[in-house]
Amino acid sequence: MATPAAPASASAATPAPAAAPAAAPPSVPVPSPTPASAPAPSPAPAPVPAPTPAPASSSDAAAAAATTTAPGPTSASAPAPAQTPAQSLPGPALPGPFPGGRVVRLHPVILASIVDSYERRNEGAARVIGTLLGTVDKHSVEVTNCFSVPHNESEDEVAVDMEFAKNMYELHKKVSPNELILGWYATGHDITEHSVLIHEYYSREAPNPIHLTVDTSLQNGRMSIKAYVSTLMGVPGRTMGVMFTPLTVKYAYYDTERIGVDLIMKTCFSPNRVIGLSSDLQQVGGASARIQDALSTVLQYAEDVLSGKVSADNTVGRFLMSLVNQVPKIVPDDFETMLNSNINDLLMVTYLANLTQSQIALNEKLVNL
Amino acid sequence: MTSRKARTSASGHSRFSFFLSVWKDGVPQGRHRLRRRFFQLHHRPGGERQKQRRVRRFGRETSADRWLVQYQMEMMRSLRHVNIDHLHVGWYQSTYYGSFVTRALLDSQFSYQHAIEESVVLIYDPIKTAQGSLSLKAYRLTPKLMEVCKEKDFSPEALKKGNITFEHMFEEVPIVIKNSHLINVLMWELEKKSAVADKHELLSLASSNHLGKNLQLLMDRVDEMSQDIVKYNTYMRNTSKQQQQKHQYQQRRQQENMQRQSRGEPPLPEEDLSKLFKPPQPPARMDSLLIAGQINTYCQNIKEFTAQNLGKLFMAQALQEYNN
Repeated sequence: MATPAAPASASAATPAPAAAPAAAPPSVPVPSPTPASAPAPSPAPAPVPAPTPAPASSSDAAAAAATTTAPGPTSASAPAPAQTPAQSLPGPALPGPFPGGRVVRLHPVILASIVDSYERRNEGAARVIGTLLGTVDKHSVEVTNCFSVPHNESEDEVAVDMEFAKNMYELHKKVSPNELILGWYATGHDITEHSVLIHEYYSREAPNPIHLTVDTSLQNGRMSIKAYVSTLMGVPGRTMGVMFTPLTVKYAYYDTERIGVDLIMKTCFSPNRVIGLSSDLQQVGGASARIQDALSTVLQYAEDVLSGKVSADNTVGRFLMSLVNQVPKIVPDDFETMLNSNINDLLMVTYLANLTQSQIALNEKLVNL
Repeated sequence: MTSRKARTSASGHSRFSFFLSVWKDGVPQGRHRLRRRFFQLHHRPGGERQKQRRVRRFGRETSADRWLVQYQMEMMRSLRHVNIDHLHVGWYQSTYYGSFVTRALLDSQFSYQHAIEESVVLIYDPIKTAQGSLSLKAYRLTPKLMEVCKEKDFSPEALKKGNITFEHMFEEVPIVIKNSHLINVLMWELEKKSAVADKHELLSLASSNHLGKNLQLLMDRVDEMSQDIVKYNTYMRNTSKQQQQKHQYQQRRQQENMQRQSRGEPPLPEEDLSKLFKPPQPPARMDSLLIAGQINTYCQNIKEFTAQNLGKLFMAQALQEYNN
């Protein structure tokens, strides 16, 4: 892990949770977040070396500094003030300069967990919250796991069982030691005042926590999924408020995950939301049906262009060209021989497999005589 | 999450580890229609199963086992707090090219099934899944095998009595996926937003590597099987030889006795035949049953695979014909 002294690699997103900040220069954390002005992809190199160690040390300072707000990791409740609370800490870990906004890459498992825990919530609870776990990268934050945390919320107070959260995190760490606490999630449409408090609790656990909302109440007819990070706002020197700035959410999949997702998406089309796992040849049939659909769309497009309904687009044309050229042009005789030898191989293997099976059945019979 | 776990360590080719996890479940429905949840290949099914993970290597010492049990207990307790179904229903395991019929699996599944009637083991094959279609199978031990395991008696006579063949060791339970409405909404949302390009691995023709590996494993098993058969044959030969020797000895004895009688001498005492001729040890039958079961699984996998490939080859042929 690069020490914070190498700012180019350790961008604001990745202060090492335990180690390196000690080596960071004990500079005063710069309170004003520099807005994302640098060009998007490359990490901000030399121009901003000063603030990048700052988040590392500020998280250290935030963790080490005596918290003046409600202490105690166990369920803490605090009256939610009418306005945004005064942050007398030197700010929860500052966002620092991340060019173009950080990207949050979600795995679909997270969303499934969130919806599942929402479906299992206690009576009377309007929303559920939980912790997000994952890994941090140079530009993006990849959320790969989560667990829900019991909490109580009423008009004027919020109680979160932090002890539970800590325990669960320890348990999870035993199984996958690479995961860090990245932030927290909540269901529901808006960000409430309680969110600010909860966010502050989480900022003690993780530097720069992310807040994810999943709208299970389906406002606007959609389940909107948004991610935020908190930034300070206000007049420096006076009461500082907290503002949640949105982040881009992208979805990341492992290959095998994607296959699972594809399978499960099929329940959308069945009447009672039930599907079974299909057998081998059916799968090939299904895949080829999908390709057929895709091809018919393409054909439709081509015909529309020819008849003039749709204007021709060169890039699409190029793609079509490469598509058609992907079918390899092989001399028919060669192809015949290739095809036949492959088919022969497969048939031979099938025959051998059947033979082996009958052999062992025979052996079984003989032994049992 | 199974996929995640299996990916991070079963890069599939050199080694593999087992991920045992516990499933917690509410009451499973009658004919073992186990509901599973949405791609929480972590298996947190909508209302039915839940899982926690732990990494486990077979052959570890008991202190590690104790740690695991503790982990399990704590996890279950915590999950109960958040209203997640926390009853045990079984465990899952990842497998390398389908080689999961081992003694260890049998033992674990037996202990689970003994404690909880309806427990199952889910076998997840990450390599096959990476080839295009989710490969997840659920197995239970047949009642016959359960009885034999209960007696802990794996001798040939007991197995013959139980009339167990390799086909009757495991029974497969069909898996059904069921989602809730809210999850369906989520799926539509994901479909819109996350247009991941479909890679179409299912239709790839370049999968002979997989077949090669499978065949390799099959060959190894067949070798083991043949060794086993040789052992059995020698045993049979030894027993029959011994029988003959016994018979000869008895006859000689009788002849001697008759001669002695004719000469008027006292007959020789009857010796205990069983002490003279110790019967040879019958070879363990359980291992060969397991091997046979494993060979059976391999063969079935191979057949499925070849069926798919034949289909794909014919499709390729159709494309080529059209081209010409």
